[in-house]
Amino acid sequence: MIRLDLAPSLLYNGDAVKSSSGSKKPPSETPADRANAGVFRSQEDLAAVALRLRRHIVTMIARAGSGHPGGSLSAVEIVTALYWRVLHHRPADPAWPGRDRLVMSKGHAAPVLYAALAECGYFPVSELATLRKLGSHLQGHADRTHTPGVEMSSGSLGQGLSFATGVALAGRLDRADWRVYALLSDGECDEGQTWEAVMAAAHFKADNLTAIVDRNGIQLSGFNRDIMNLEPLAAKWSAFGWHVAEVDGHDISQILAAIDEDKKVKGQPSVIIARTVKGKGVSFMENNVDFHGKAPSAEQLEQALKELV
Amino acid sequence: MNEEVSLRETYGRTLVALGKTNPDIVVLDADLSPSTMTKFFAKEFPERFFEVGIAEQNMIGIAGGLAATGKIPFASTFAVFAPGRCFDQIRVSVAQARLNVKIAVTHAGVTVGEDGASHQALEDLALVNTLPGFTIIVPADAIETDRAVRAAAAHKGPCYIRMPRVKLPPVYDDSYKFTIGKAVTLREGKDTSIIAIGVMVTRALAAAEELEKEGINCRVLNMPTVKPVDEAAIIKAATETGAIVTAEEHQLNGGLGSIVARVVAASCPVPMEFVAVKDVFGQSGKPDELLEKYGLTADEIAKAVRKAVRRKG
Repeated sequence: MIRLDLAPSLLYNGDAVKSSSGSKKPPSETPADRANAGVFRSQEDLAAVALRLRRHIVTMIARAGSGHPGGSLSAVEIVTALYWRVLHHRPADPAWPGRDRLVMSKGHAAPVLYAALAECGYFPVSELATLRKLGSHLQGHADRTHTPGVEMSSGSLGQGLSFATGVALAGRLDRADWRVYALLSDGECDEGQTWEAVMAAAHFKADNLTAIVDRNGIQLSGFNRDIMNLEPLAAKWSAFGWHVAEVDGHDISQILAAIDEDKKVKGQPSVIIARTVKGKGVSFMENNVDFHGKAPSAEQLEQALKELV
Repeated sequence: MNEEVSLRETYGRTLVALGKTNPDIVVLDADLSPSTMTKFFAKEFPERFFEVGIAEQNMIGIAGGLAATGKIPFASTFAVFAPGRCFDQIRVSVAQARLNVKIAVTHAGVTVGEDGASHQALEDLALVNTLPGFTIIVPADAIETDRAVRAAAAHKGPCYIRMPRVKLPPVYDDSYKFTIGKAVTLREGKDTSIIAIGVMVTRALAAAEELEKEGINCRVLNMPTVKPVDEAAIIKAATETGAIVTAEEHQLNGGLGSIVARVVAASCPVPMEFVAVKDVFGQSGKPDELLEKYGLTADEIAKAVRKAVRRKG
């Protein structure tokens, strides 16, 4: 159901949009309270969350008839780790000033963000069915003026790390104790602006900033290595003055360990290069360039959901 | 009293004054602070000044992030570099995101002078005018610059403020009250209306004086807010004077003339003439030589007025 009545108030100056549901409590079936209370303590619970997010991703994209499944599926464990174990956030109060911020630079992977936000209770899970439809909260690319919990409008690649650096600098001016996370695609490391920001965040010693690169190796028209070689990627970030960690981006414990380490780093920003598989979890999407930006058919969705159990 | 004053120096001083009373004011520059005059703010408030190097795209993105966290960022560079060097960042990270970023640029137009065409922004108003939600202000003198910068800081929403390199003579005195979106009638008249911005305002007044001797009585409007343009003032001018001439240091295509013509065509069609750069790039030269070369003079405004009056029939 498209809920035009939930059009968020578009606020200038300040913190994103207000909660769409105003004073209403999030629907009880969402695990919002649990997300904040941190009851997901075991690896098994997080794996269950990741599986739900994957099912949401393929379902909403199939229903929309267009979208970017590959880069959403590759980032599932990263997003799960962040929303269920790392970020201090309040789904019922998206503009809470004390929240940690996730800047979604790879705006085409909005479905993984929407799935997480819905599961956390920012808006009802049922709204995922409105992805990419006229009047929906859930735009084709992440948009802070439409969706509660989305910090930045993105979709034009390479802009997120600059934005996240600005957020980090503001946090430092305010002597705030929250942190900023920026989720980048590896493809957007082609963009010059990304490296302008890499240079600047190190120059400004933004140690309240962690960038995470979803290193799935594929961009729209092919493998990174064929389109524009990024390697040695870790060495590049390191040479620019960042604290660098490389992890298996589908191993939540490795992601969490790297973030824990980042919090102790002083005087430099941190980057986690998360090695992932594009399309992870759906056999025919894995490492398949075709599913960078193509929706599964009804039959393919059925197959994908059979695998995602 | 008629001494020329630097608009960009006024901009720099006003930023410092704002910074003293509002801790949320922050300033960014892309290696041009000695020229944009953000250097005063940098000296006074080093913690709130961010030098980003020669990286305008990054500057705009950082400004967006600062604004999203409650700061009021003023990002400065030359008009050729913003929006020219970072249009998509302004579009997505500021305008579409509806963030409270102020982009204040200097060295607009051919009056940049000897640096030549690459440094003479003549397209910037057209670019920024296409972005929903933006406010565009082109001050005509130092007093108006001061008022405009204060108004932009108080306004919630993205703003673009355009200043020249050269000093300009005063148009206003200290009692001037600036309001975003309001045209200012500098001279009443009945035969035609000249609508001017920036360096062209004093030239419009000079043209009106010259034309008076010929018996042509001109209204002169300064239109400091190019967006949202004062449609009521334009319609009133067209209705009451029956012809309009626009004057701007900008390309003919997409600037003040186009913006005014859109209102005139839709609401009150009257003859219009346009004083602007006629679809060519500038070159090196002295500011006054260049204004002459590209037809941005009181004489050219007067010629345009005579033509407009003739066309009224």
